Amino acid sequence: MGIGAAVWKEQSPAGSPSEAKEGMIAFQQVSKTFESGGKTVEALKDVTLTVEKGDIFGVIGFSGAGKSTLLRTVNLLERPTAGSVIVDGKDLSKLSVKELRSVKKNIGMIFQQFNLLETKTVFDNVAMPLVLGDTPKKQIRERVDELLSFVGLTDKAGSYPNQLSGGQKQRVGIARALATNPSILLSDEATSALDPQTTESILQLLQRVNKEYNITILMITHEMNVIKEICNRVAVMEHGAVVEQGSVLDVFANPQTEVARNFVKSVVRDDIPPSVHKLLAAKRGKSKIIKIHFIGESTGQPMLSQVAKRFNSDVNVLFGSITELAGVPFGNLIVELAGNEADIARAYHYIQQQNVTVKEIVS
Amino acid sequence: MEVSSEQVFQALYETVYMVSVSLVFATVIGLPLGILLVVTRKGHILENSAIFSALNPVINVLRSVPFIILLVAIIPFTRLVVGTSIGTTAAIVPLVIYTGPYIARLVENSLLEINPGIIEAAEAMGATPLQIIFRFLIPETLGSLILSITTATIGLIGATAMAGAVGGGGIGDLAITYGYQRFSTITIVATVIILVVLVQGIQSLGNVFARKIRRN
Repeated sequence: MGIGAAVWKEQSPAGSPSEAKEGMIAFQQVSKTFESGGKTVEALKDVTLTVEKGDIFGVIGFSGAGKSTLLRTVNLLERPTAGSVIVDGKDLSKLSVKELRSVKKNIGMIFQQFNLLETKTVFDNVAMPLVLGDTPKKQIRERVDELLSFVGLTDKAGSYPNQLSGGQKQRVGIARALATNPSILLSDEATSALDPQTTESILQLLQRVNKEYNITILMITHEMNVIKEICNRVAVMEHGAVVEQGSVLDVFANPQTEVARNFVKSVVRDDIPPSVHKLLAAKRGKSKIIKIHFIGESTGQPMLSQVAKRFNSDVNVLFGSITELAGVPFGNLIVELAGNEADIARAYHYIQQQNVTVKEIVS
Repeated sequence: MEVSSEQVFQALYETVYMVSVSLVFATVIGLPLGILLVVTRKGHILENSAIFSALNPVINVLRSVPFIILLVAIIPFTRLVVGTSIGTTAAIVPLVIYTGPYIARLVENSLLEINPGIIEAAEAMGATPLQIIFRFLIPETLGSLILSITTATIGLIGATAMAGAVGGGGIGDLAITYGYQRFSTITIVATVIILVVLVQGIQSLGNVFARKIRRN
C-alpha cells in the first residue's frame, strides 16, 4: 500500500492525462465517514478501484452498500474523509474551487430521478451546462440540436419534462450530461425507475455513448441485469467496502463472495427448479444426473452430442440456463446420462476432461 | 354622518399606496433574507451556521411582535428614516419591518420545496452558488414564490387597517373611524366589500401567474 501510494504521487503531477496509465478514475484507499446523531457511519471503507479509459464499469450492491457515496466522490459531491480520488490524472482534493468547476465539466452525471428542470423546455435543459459556461448562443443551438438528435428527441425540443415518459426524461438527462463533451459519465441508478423495456433502450443508448463518443462510464446499480447487459468490468460492494472486482465474465463465472453469488444468481439461475427436482426423484438410480457449468466456447451442445455418439449413451437435457456475457455464452446445464454403467462412467470421465465444471447431482 | 365617495377614493388610494410601496421594500429585504435562510442551512450550498443561527431568531422575534405594538414601538426609528412619525408615508416603515421577515419566511418555505436532486445536478454541472440560486433555485420555485408574495400582499392589506393609529389613513382606517366609531353601517359594508374585492383580485392574479409559470 505504501509503495503504491508513493508511485501515485510520482505519477500524477507529470503523467499526461491522455496516457491514462493510472486509469481514468482511480480510487486510492478512499474512506468516508458520516456523523449522524452522535453515531459514526462508515459509508466507504478503504476503497481502491481503477476505472480504465473506455470502460463501462459497474458497481453493484444493495442499498446502503455505499455505492452512491462512492460515485459522488468522483465529482466531489461527497468529499472523502481519507484517501484520494484521481480523475484523469488530477487529484480532486488538491484542486481549488475554480479548478474543480472546470474538472466537473469533464464529468457528466445522470440520475435515477432524472433531476430535470421542470420549468424549462427539453432544449433549455440540455443547454443548461453550456449556458453556465457562457457558451455563445449559436454554438449552444448547434450542440443541443446534435445531442437531441443523438438521443432521438429532436421533435421534443420544445416540450416540458412533465410531458415526457420516464425513458424520454432519461434521454434528456443523458443529452444534458453530454453537453460539455465530458470524457466521463457517472450514472446513478439511471435505469432503476424505468420498466424493463425502457431500461433496455437506455442501456443501448449508454453503450452508444461509450462507443461513439469514447466516454468512460462509471455506473452504480442494484440490478445485476444492468451489469450483465453493458458492463465490461464490475465491482461488488457490501457495507462500504469493495468485496470483489474484476471483469464481468470472471465475477459471473467465479463469484468469490456470498453477496456476489446472490447477484449472479439473480440473472443466471443455478438452482434446480422444483419441477426438475420431481423429475430427478423419479429417475433416481436409473441414470446419472450431472450439472455442467460452462463458459465461452465450451458450449454444452457439441460436447453433449459427442458424448452421445462416442459412448453410446442417451443424453437428456433436464434444465438449462444460458446467457451471454460480453459476447461469451455462459450458463448451466443439468443433464441426464442414461445407458449401461460402464458407458456412463466413461462419458462422465470424458466430460470432466473438457473445459467445463461438472458435478454429479445426488437429489 | 356618511362618508363621501371622495373620501372612499382617497382611502383606497392610501391603501394601495401603502401596500404597494411597502411590498416593494419588504420584498427587497425579505427575498434575500429568505434565500439566505435556505442556502446557509446545514448541508446546503453555502452552509454557514453563524449566519443561519443569527438570522433565524431575529426573524422569529420580529414575526412575533403584534403589528399594532410594532407600529408604536419603532416610532423613533420611523422618524429617523422618513423624518416624521405621522401620516401615510410614516406607516410604510413599520409595514416594511413587519412584512419583510414574513416574506423571508414565505420565501424560505417556497425555496425548500425544490427537489434536492436539482441542486445536486447543478453542482455536478459545476454551477457556482450564484448560478444555482438564480438559474435553478428561483426559476424552479417561481410559481410558489409568486403565491408567497400574494399571501404577503394580502397580509399587508390587513396590516394597513391599523395604520390609522399613526394617521396613515386607508380603507381600514375609514372603516374604523366612520363605520365603527360613528355607527355608519353603510361605511362598514362598503369598506368590507372593497377589501373583499381587493383581496380576491390579488389572489386570483397571483394564482394565474403561478399557474402559468408552473406549466400545469
